[in-house]
Amino acid sequence: MKSTKTMSIWHILMQWEVILFFMLVVVIVVNSSLSPYFLDLNNILRTTFNFTEKAIIVLPMMFIIICADIDISVAGIIALSSCFMGLASQHLGAGTPALIFIGLLTGLSVGILNGFIITKIGIPAIAVTLAGLFLFRGIAYVILGDMAVTTYPESFAYLGQGCIGNTRIPFQLVLFIILAIIFGIVLHKTTYGRKLFAIGNNSTAARFSGINVDRIRFFNFALIGLLSGLASVLLTSRIGSTRPNIASGWELEIITIVVLGGVYIFGGTGSILGVVISILMVGLMRFGMGLINVPGLVMNIAMGFLLIIAILLPGSLRELQSKILTKQQQQ
Amino acid sequence: MEQCLVEVRGIKKYFPGIKALDGVDFKIRAGEVHALIGENGAGKSTLVKLLTGVYQPTDGKILLRGKEVGFASPHTSQRAGIAAIHQEVTVFPELTVIENVFMGHHIKKPMGLIDWGQMREKTGALLEKLEVDIDPDARVKNLSVAERHLVEIIKALSFDVDVVIMDEPTSALSLEEVKDLYQIIRQLKKEGKAVIFISHKLDEVYEIADYFTVLRDGKYIGEGLVKEAGVDKIVAMMVGRSLSQIFPKVDVEQGPTIFRVKNLSKTGLFKDITFELHEGEILGFFGLVGSGRSEVMQVIFGIDQLSEGEIFINGEKVLIRNPTEALDKGLSYIPEDRQQQGAILKMNIRENVTLPIVNELSHARKFLNKKGELKVTQEYGSRLDIKASSWEQLVETLSGGNQQKVVLAKWLATKPKILILDEPTKGIDVPTKAAVHKFMGELAKQRLGMIMISSELPEILGMSDNIVVMHEGCIAARFTREEASAEKIIKAATGHI
Amino acid sequence: MFEKVLKKREFTLFVLLVFLIVIISLRSPRFLNIANFRDILDDTALLAMVAMGQFMVILIAGIDLSVGAEVALAGMSVALLHQYHPEIPIFAIVLLSILIGFSLGSFNGILVSLLGIPPIIVTLGTMGIYRGFVFVVSGGTWVSAHEMSDAFKNLPRGGFLGVSNLLFRAGREIYGVGGNEIASQYVGINLKKIKYLPFMLTGSICGLVGLLWVARYASAQSDTALGFNLQTIAACVVGGVSIFGGSGTTLGVLLGVLLLGVINNALTQINISPFWQMGLQGLIILVAVIINTIMERRTQELIIRRRNL
Repeated sequence: MKSTKTMSIWHILMQWEVILFFMLVVVIVVNSSLSPYFLDLNNILRTTFNFTEKAIIVLPMMFIIICADIDISVAGIIALSSCFMGLASQHLGAGTPALIFIGLLTGLSVGILNGFIITKIGIPAIAVTLAGLFLFRGIAYVILGDMAVTTYPESFAYLGQGCIGNTRIPFQLVLFIILAIIFGIVLHKTTYGRKLFAIGNNSTAARFSGINVDRIRFFNFALIGLLSGLASVLLTSRIGSTRPNIASGWELEIITIVVLGGVYIFGGTGSILGVVISILMVGLMRFGMGLINVPGLVMNIAMGFLLIIAILLPGSLRELQSKILTKQQQQ
Repeated sequence: MEQCLVEVRGIKKYFPGIKALDGVDFKIRAGEVHALIGENGAGKSTLVKLLTGVYQPTDGKILLRGKEVGFASPHTSQRAGIAAIHQEVTVFPELTVIENVFMGHHIKKPMGLIDWGQMREKTGALLEKLEVDIDPDARVKNLSVAERHLVEIIKALSFDVDVVIMDEPTSALSLEEVKDLYQIIRQLKKEGKAVIFISHKLDEVYEIADYFTVLRDGKYIGEGLVKEAGVDKIVAMMVGRSLSQIFPKVDVEQGPTIFRVKNLSKTGLFKDITFELHEGEILGFFGLVGSGRSEVMQVIFGIDQLSEGEIFINGEKVLIRNPTEALDKGLSYIPEDRQQQGAILKMNIRENVTLPIVNELSHARKFLNKKGELKVTQEYGSRLDIKASSWEQLVETLSGGNQQKVVLAKWLATKPKILILDEPTKGIDVPTKAAVHKFMGELAKQRLGMIMISSELPEILGMSDNIVVMHEGCIAARFTREEASAEKIIKAATGHI
Repeated sequence: MFEKVLKKREFTLFVLLVFLIVIISLRSPRFLNIANFRDILDDTALLAMVAMGQFMVILIAGIDLSVGAEVALAGMSVALLHQYHPEIPIFAIVLLSILIGFSLGSFNGILVSLLGIPPIIVTLGTMGIYRGFVFVVSGGTWVSAHEMSDAFKNLPRGGFLGVSNLLFRAGREIYGVGGNEIASQYVGINLKKIKYLPFMLTGSICGLVGLLWVARYASAQSDTALGFNLQTIAACVVGGVSIFGGSGTTLGVLLGVLLLGVINNALTQINISPFWQMGLQGLIILVAVIINTIMERRTQELIIRRRNL
């Protein structure tokens, strides 16, 4: 059988990352021309504080979307987690290690709950996590009302505000880099990653091939819950307070970043490289817009458009390649 | 010679990676029942979709009463007087019979509102004419498979048509219902309509068709009057070579019982299934669509759970709760639908072939071992003679036959002792079919035991050592190779034993 | 025939509604009076209209997360317009409001039908975009009561816009596309048109509701109708609309809206803080979806059992 150009998944991805990289360059160029403060390393390092928490959740969201699932409840998990930490700190005088534990545990438990309802009872992830978003944040509202908790131990602040030793490199950033490396290796070099792609592409065939599809999906939701808890710890530590409306609207941005990074919304393809470039790009965009004083809600407009473009481009690319394939055949 | 209603000239239809139709001519006249014959994968369904406007031709012409036309959408072809009953079930499960019949062409009152009264009347009239006893307000999801099929037929008849196309209409019907269908067809003929009857079952063609056209591998092969042609001639056209070349049955001495199933039941799907399999044996499972064969095998393989019954491997009772446990015990299942269940189209050959054993091949059961995977893929890929430019090629770019080979390779790589093949040669071109059968013979020599589900009588008769026939969830009959005959098997499968 | 009615989900909902009203009245007699009921109806009228739109979107197996933002943007836009140009006649304002909603909804519809982007992504994006524009358009300010003329505030309280899917062909085809998309193609349904319509209609409805909302509450803010997304989905799910598309009834959605309205009103009566609303609604959706799914599964199993094997 005569073969046409080898169109492996690698091929498609490679092209998307190149495009993404150019977009990154454009963002840097535009922003540095708009503000002299943009290309300052110190400024950039300082701005990662605002962004790392989201970036940390992007990583497990990548796993979830590759498996053709989705989790819209992450912001609710952050709120609930922060709420419990606040309670523990204010009413029980809990110390930093205990707070970390509570934050992580809340996230993990909620993730497990989501995973259970989605895989064991079999309700679509979109419905469960949409309800969850409001349920979890709602509980935070009920518990806190419109008050804020601001009593946190001093040592707690290090997590979200501290730097490594004498450098200006934020602790959070280092945490993120380590996690990104781990996730990258797992996705591309382990059997777990191979199974993720299989499930996202064709969960029926994956099941018939002996892959425990439900267990892996369950694990993904638990994982994103845990990491949402981690993000909550870092966020709460950074702003030093708990309010029920923290992390409002984060899900939009996190999903946008993942999809922009080349992960197909219906699952089955994606790469860590694309996602990392995407994180960089969106982070720098926010930084740049902040420098010229663009208000938050307006940034959301840009995010919204970005999300739509993020879906359109890879799709059109795929269609184009398909058309080329058919034309080649006819010759 | 009556006027030619619809004619197709030099039609081609290409998809990425597949030439579904590659130069087909076809004519149909008023008042004629015309059989479109060909093996699975010959291109019959694609031709239907071209005639009904679901697809557009890549090349060639379609002529309606001598004038060239294009069917940009199903609407256009319906208005031109062509309606089809497709092979796939295309019902709206949540809606009622009336709604299903009229979806897409609701009868409207002058203001644009839907005329429920008229639609109900018309549906009732059609149901009566066909002597079918279904409640027009019933939700289709609550109907049986055969009843749903009847709804499909009524749907097609609700259009004002000159040409009715039926794509494998009898696959889910009992003998009684098939007779009713023939009545309907004869009635349509009397009304001067043309019927295109698609089938690969020659006995039906002989019963009902006036004229035939044969397709093979997407190409036009020949045509003629049914009465004049002989069976052998038609089979030769369909198949391209003699029967014995396709079913190279090798006689293998059978060994001890390696697999046994006793009183296997799953509520609502099948009941009291008992059979044994020996080393070196090919056990054929025959039955109509819906008889429960795949369901039995999927329970055996652990995809579904049994309600009752026992499974024994090499004399030992086993419990299989999921495919991983089945694989551990040496049991592999090649599913029926190779695109949905068998292969992951957007992954490459190597990834597909090694998927079930990816853990075993990996380093420390975690890290992917590409070298090891290539080795395995090379071994089984070449044994099965998979034609591809490299093992990194995406499976979706392979032909149907090669895709099936990838699926086969995948399961052979798990080194099974018991192999279940569910319609292993469905929709494959003839040379690959022969290759697959030859390979099965080799496996039998290697002392594997195989269970083969098939809906094709020649395959069942040609390849099996023993045959089990299922009907509506129960075993209707068993035959040894010597006892079996086409007639006996069909009778059992349609519930007449 | 009577049994058929009994089995229908709508009947159960109705019973539930009556049951709830009784229980709440016993607990808090203030509940059971005409003025209160009129309040409930007023509150829910707006929600009901938007819920109809959401219903159509869910029917084609989609979801519209931007409804709240559409209401807010349309409402804010016309409020500002009225504030700075009070001479524009009211009926023109009404038309304009609908037009704005129409464009917003059409944007969604075109992205979904022509470009094939999944509805959840489109509306997740436009939710951000439209809300952002509310801010842009208003410059962060609010429009409050004293800036609106009396005519504006006294706009007739909208009745239900029960779009009757039973009557129009496009309505039935919406059910078809949601139920079995491939089959719809075979039958010749214009997929693009049917995927566009629900969003366009929802947008138009939201446009009108935007105006009515602003008129009723006599204020326009950037967080107007923030909870609408969730509430409309909750109403649909509770009303028996399948999240997979293809099934559900107008009556069911209406009952769902009423049920939610009663619950909300009751909570205020029993002096439970409004902070419970969000959490409770999330819980209700979750429970309703779980119940739906389990019931569906049971029915399927019963049918399989019926084949008496």
